[in-house]
Amino acid sequence: MAGKSIFDKIWEFHTLYEKEDGETLIYVDRHLTHEVTSYMAFEGLREKNRRVRRPDLTFAVMDHNVPTTDRLKPIRDELSAKQIAALEKNAKDFKLTLFDLYSPYQGIVHVIGPELGLTIPGITLVCGDSHTSTHGALGALAFGIGTSEGEHVLATQTLWLRKPKKMLINLEGKLPENVTAKDVILWVIRNIGTGGGIGHVIEYDGPVVREMNVEERMTLCNMAIEGGARTAIISPDEKVFNYVRGRPYAPSDDEWSQALEYWRSIVSDLDADYHKTIRFHLDKLEPQVTWGTNPAMTVGVTEEIPDPGEFDDPGEKQAAERALKYMGLNPGTKITDINVDVVFIGSCTNGRLTDLVDAARVVLGRKVAHNVRALVVPGSQLVKRSAERLGLHRIFIDAGFEWRNPGCSMCIAMNEDRLRPGERCASTSNRNFENRQGPGGRTHLVSPLMAAAAAVYGRFIDIRELDLPSREEVLEHAGAY
Amino acid sequence: MPEPIRVIEGKAVPLKLENVDTDQIIPAEFLKILGKKGLGRYCFYRWRYNEDGSLRGDFILNNPRYRDASIIIAGKNFGIGSSRENAVWALQDFGIKCVIAPSFGDIFYVNSMKNMLLCIKLPEEQVKMLQELAEKEDLILRIDLEESTIKFRDRILSFEIDKAVRERFLQGLDEIEITLKHIEKIKKYEESMPSFMIPNPRRFITD
Repeated sequence: MAGKSIFDKIWEFHTLYEKEDGETLIYVDRHLTHEVTSYMAFEGLREKNRRVRRPDLTFAVMDHNVPTTDRLKPIRDELSAKQIAALEKNAKDFKLTLFDLYSPYQGIVHVIGPELGLTIPGITLVCGDSHTSTHGALGALAFGIGTSEGEHVLATQTLWLRKPKKMLINLEGKLPENVTAKDVILWVIRNIGTGGGIGHVIEYDGPVVREMNVEERMTLCNMAIEGGARTAIISPDEKVFNYVRGRPYAPSDDEWSQALEYWRSIVSDLDADYHKTIRFHLDKLEPQVTWGTNPAMTVGVTEEIPDPGEFDDPGEKQAAERALKYMGLNPGTKITDINVDVVFIGSCTNGRLTDLVDAARVVLGRKVAHNVRALVVPGSQLVKRSAERLGLHRIFIDAGFEWRNPGCSMCIAMNEDRLRPGERCASTSNRNFENRQGPGGRTHLVSPLMAAAAAVYGRFIDIRELDLPSREEVLEHAGAY
Repeated sequence: MPEPIRVIEGKAVPLKLENVDTDQIIPAEFLKILGKKGLGRYCFYRWRYNEDGSLRGDFILNNPRYRDASIIIAGKNFGIGSSRENAVWALQDFGIKCVIAPSFGDIFYVNSMKNMLLCIKLPEEQVKMLQELAEKEDLILRIDLEESTIKFRDRILSFEIDKAVRERFLQGLDEIEITLKHIEKIKKYEESMPSFMIPNPRRFITD
């Protein structure tokens, strides 16, 4: 009999009941909520006079439409202010821990979960946000859910799920210098397509994954949804255990050995079976840049904008034509000939300390091009403060970047951070959909290194052509500021 | 408790696009609106309206012929992307009762079912055939959930749907109530949950 994958093991541990037709009642160990998708769920509870079953397992944070400017000023957008006030009331009425606008732990929900130790290996976690797959980087089984499901979890601490299929993605070889987790996930999506993972849980493994730090793994898991997958997960290893240890909500020292024992037991068996296995050899991967209006529309930095005429599939051809029109691009244009107006470094994909350090490697000793507006929006207050303690903020500010307060910001453009019609943005976020960063805005998804370089040069460049300091070197420089 | 639904009958509109993401179905700026009512106005907002608020003539849902359509026939991967349930509420408020496509985004599919917006998966050839018919002349579909059939003119197509989903539509069940019948199993798990899994604030981060 074949062995079990980490997904199988966590699934079984949390299965309360399975119906004949396969619908399974799964216990939810952690429920993270934010101001945008939770409102109607709490209203639903009120209507039926229900309470939150486990307030101690439920955490709320304000992130999606918070201003990233001065937090002490009132929120100008009336609707945002109302939505934020509603979460405050709901957290109070239902007795939930809330990380509000002024909390030193506030940040994007998928950044604060892991960094506060709310996310640990082997648990089930849900959040009303599709990028919840991020938490899979620590070996948690994490699902993005809708508002109705959110209400169900609030009331019952469970979720009805049909067991997804398993897809193993093996990332083999060794990444070339300055090619990052973001380039890997864009490459994966480019290959499997936006619907390639539908109905599947993706498990990543292989030497490239093992080499990555935990934050880089989060980038990899974060965008699994852009390949259609239900979620993504990685078997935890010593790097993960070291990451978790000592975080505010992580198991205490007395519980640590018990936790470790369980965590070691859930890693995938060597003979685990999968419905689908895909291997990618990444020795020669180059930095990736999206050219269209979904994350699968991606090319390498040395490639050109594709010609829709060369797509065989009529659907793809039509989509490419539409995308090029929206993006204002012509077939055959070199990626490095594309100018940008705005650079956004942040989001739950690339808003962590590793990402800011990477961007600083490029920015150190350089200036933002005169015609470029560039923002750094740290993923959380903790990321921001860590960066400031290290002196990274000075590097960005001196170069001409705006140094903002944490939130989803220009990834979703629900606050005031948005593109103007026609503006072109190099963005470290996760979606290049039409109008995503603001009506008429044009998004190119890239790594923090590539985004920082675009800010400096005012166009895309091949980051491999720059002589960059290492992460350690840039931190040394930053400290000397 | 939602009203049971057995039959959906209505005009079909062909939306010949693949990978229609939920950001297009309802843009993020309208997610700030508290509540479900009235979201139909913002459904496909950027595709339906120009910047100055005038209607865009090139979008099929603005075509007077399809203004009363209640069934969308879309390309593959409909509803991918963001988990926003507002996409479902917006479609419903706009008058859509059913979406037929070769495949759907997983979260959108679940959200739709919870709100009784029927999503039917059909093979790509059948979807294309229906799109073409709906383009040529008015196509009225009669979808029968009990029989799992789509009837139009003199033809019948059958579709597959989860038993649990079908029951939900036919009976209009309150899922939370059903789940709470399993309360003993929930309590049993909670009693055996190891203490290290409980997120107590055990220490502070000091700067």
